[in-house]
Amino acid sequence: MSWPGQEDVFFSTSLASYLDKKLLVLLRDGRKLLGILRSFDQFANVVLEGAHERVIVGELYCDIVLGLYVIRGENVVLIGELDPEREELPASMTPGWAIQRGDLKDCFFPFFFQAQKAEKEASDLKGTMRKRMEFLDLD
Amino acid sequence: MLFFSYFKELVGKEVTVELKNDLAIKGILHSVDQYLNIKLENTRVVDQDKYPHMLSVRNCFIRGSVVRYVQLPPDGVDIDILHDATRREARGG
Repeated sequence: MSWPGQEDVFFSTSLASYLDKKLLVLLRDGRKLLGILRSFDQFANVVLEGAHERVIVGELYCDIVLGLYVIRGENVVLIGELDPEREELPASMTPGWAIQRGDLKDCFFPFFFQAQKAEKEASDLKGTMRKRMEFLDLD
Repeated sequence: MLFFSYFKELVGKEVTVELKNDLAIKGILHSVDQYLNIKLENTRVVDQDKYPHMLSVRNCFIRGSVVRYVQLPPDGVDIDILHDATRREARGG
């Protein structure tokens, strides 16, 4: 097996052109992980250095520091290159602050998760109401 | 391999990829591989307000297994060639 040349990788679907760049990885469960791509394979298994999860609830957001992560490819939905020239989030969004896992009790984090849970429950409820009313042919 | 070859013909055209999680992304098809993984350039999320985290994503890689639809440009397909290729594939050749 031969390795593709430096110029080939930019024309292929390989993730090689994203190596050492800051990426956004969307997972199947809706989580958003950010980090620097250090390795990958043909299944889209990826290694992220300095990974953090970005939690967004309404206009609030927060980053949870995770560290070095290996993500199994089957959970990956999308890998996006973050353009350093552009803002990562709309200016209207309010930042939280990076918080180390296991040190959550004296920050606004419990509140944050509560808000996230409430938002999810609301959207689930909307989903089930819609499903129950489907026979009405709402569209 | 038919659809792999088919998508290769579409490289450079603007497509909209709708994912199984309802996220729809419009962009220039950069490349595609045997799993129908897709790389898009100059991407724009169709419903940007709903997905604020996608704001600074210009190029992206989409795993083939999560794609629901690929919306093509109207002139992106030559039906006759596709028919011929389909028959050839069906005959196993």
